[in-house]
Amino acid sequence: MRKLIFGLFIAILPALGLAAGGAVPLDHIETDHTDKASLQRGVALFTNYCMGCHSMEYARYKRVSDDLEIPVELYEENLIFTGAKIGELMKNSMNKDMAADWFGAPPPDLTLETRLRGESWVYSYLRGFYKDDSRPLGVNNVVYANVGMPHVMVGLQGLCAVEPKIGVDASVEPLSGNINNADVCPEYAIEGSMSAAEFDQAMYDLTNFMSYMGDPIRVERERLGVFVLIFVAIFFVFAYLLNREYWKDVH
Amino acid sequence: MNKLLNWVDERLPVVDAWNKHVGKYYAPKNFNMWYFFGSLAMLVLVNQLITGIWLTMSYNPSAEGAFASVEYIMRDVEWGWLLRYLHSTGASAFFIVVYLHMFRGLMYGSYQKPRELIWIFGMLIYLMLMAEAFMGYLLPWGQMSYWGAQVIVNLFGAIPVIGEDLALWIRGDYLVSGITLNRFFALHVVALPIVLLGLVVLHILALHEVGSNNPDGIDIKKNKDENGNPKDGIPFHPYYTVHDLLGVAVFFFIFFVVVFFFPEAGGLFIEKPNFEPANALKTPEHIAPVWYFTPFYAMLRAVTVDLFGLPAKFWGVVVMGGAIAILFVLPWLDRSPVRSMRYKGWMSRVALAILVVSFVVLGYLGLVPATEGRTTVAQILTVLYFLYFILMPFYTRMETTKPVPERVTG
Repeated sequence: MRKLIFGLFIAILPALGLAAGGAVPLDHIETDHTDKASLQRGVALFTNYCMGCHSMEYARYKRVSDDLEIPVELYEENLIFTGAKIGELMKNSMNKDMAADWFGAPPPDLTLETRLRGESWVYSYLRGFYKDDSRPLGVNNVVYANVGMPHVMVGLQGLCAVEPKIGVDASVEPLSGNINNADVCPEYAIEGSMSAAEFDQAMYDLTNFMSYMGDPIRVERERLGVFVLIFVAIFFVFAYLLNREYWKDVH
Repeated sequence: MNKLLNWVDERLPVVDAWNKHVGKYYAPKNFNMWYFFGSLAMLVLVNQLITGIWLTMSYNPSAEGAFASVEYIMRDVEWGWLLRYLHSTGASAFFIVVYLHMFRGLMYGSYQKPRELIWIFGMLIYLMLMAEAFMGYLLPWGQMSYWGAQVIVNLFGAIPVIGEDLALWIRGDYLVSGITLNRFFALHVVALPIVLLGLVVLHILALHEVGSNNPDGIDIKKNKDENGNPKDGIPFHPYYTVHDLLGVAVFFFIFFVVVFFFPEAGGLFIEKPNFEPANALKTPEHIAPVWYFTPFYAMLRAVTVDLFGLPAKFWGVVVMGGAIAILFVLPWLDRSPVRSMRYKGWMSRVALAILVVSFVVLGYLGLVPATEGRTTVAQILTVLYFLYFILMPFYTRMETTKPVPERVTG
């Protein structure tokens, strides 16, 4: 019985984490899948910083290379580290069982992450790490409390000494002209190589890329949708006229 | 061409069947926009069958491969994303048009004598549709697919004595597993569609035997011209075929706005947790069925008291089942001398309004997590839902009805 209760408790633990995650304020973004430059920067970031642990195993390299207009040779040379062929699925070399030992749970596949949690959530989460010595990896996240993931972008962002201000808009002090909260992190424990604005842009690009991966057909779908709706609207006009013609003698 | 037709017609009554069901089927000429939804339901059914067949070609009904095969359809299969979104949006569209179709029946008394069988076949279609949608929702093998199925199948466990064994028999396993997925797939793509199509045929045959009702609820067969055709009727083809085209165009416009621009419908048609593969060790924080089941789900959760030594969960299942079962006897609950709401009294009108409000609000309550206040509201609305039916024999007889005209009005 005790084993069962413990098992149930373990089973609902991640749910509790999510419950805490759902209530936090987020920084909102609008993704743009037509911004190829942003998506290209995003795939570079994802491949270099995320893909060692997180696969995108429902997507293929070739599709990304085609959609993002990255030549195949360039892609193979710089963005495939596993020796996979361009037509293969975007898996990585991490052993899921060992990963579970290291992090508590294997790092999830991220193909559909933005559709699962939302784009703004991912963008906020990526900028939400801060120093917390009580945690095994020395970092925590304001968006996902007690997260098991290390702060892999520490070299770029630096390490925030206090909780970053996610979901707080920048404001200008009327007297001094100082801008408050222009940087999500008010105080750094370690400085990074990027400025706050550069890092925000980089994380936007990364989120934009992940959003594209979750829904790669979006641009094409919406483009086609316009023509489909125009067709249906014209069809309606003809149906209306035909109907009127037939019904004009019915009283 | 004519010779060929004659050749066939001597061997198969095609001309006869065409005339009986389309060419010389006289429908009342005063159908309004509420009469679009029958043909639209047929349209969506065809959409579901066709897209479903093509989805089956690339889908893999195994616990290991189901989730990945859906993403394979979305990414690697030519036009697979369109097939899937047409199918997933079609499922919700089916329930929207069926609910509106049922409301039309309630409003104009289309279930009354002599159309009791049409109503019953319709209710069976609705029941089959719910089973079809429920089993289809397991197939993407996402978190909500999995836990939704887990919760619903476990409901059978609430039945005394045989419950646990029954739930086990349905799942084929102690938990929802690949075995459950396989059998739900078989039922979803083979068994239930056959039953559904058979019921649709019966629904239409019964309709064409007694003739369509109309917004005035009067019998157009009482007033016939010298040729024996109803004076207030017109042949279904071409009048209603061209008329229904209008409904099809408007429906398609709205349908395609969803398919091409909002395929998830903000998490209503495709729930967000379903973008994560099923995981038997990880319960989502909030399990909600898809919107078309939520009114009944809210009723299930509204029952919170144990009674006669049986748990509240069991009575919740009874209430939920009763909410659907009571619809079947509706033709015998309505004692009104008139059919249409146009000529019924104020009590029927108020009752129908209360029913609609209860059903819609219950639908909302079933979507959101339960709180104490919400449960109280759900309890009140559940009672109101049942009162519509239970009190119907009384208020339909008590109220004063308006005189029904001889001929249809506009």
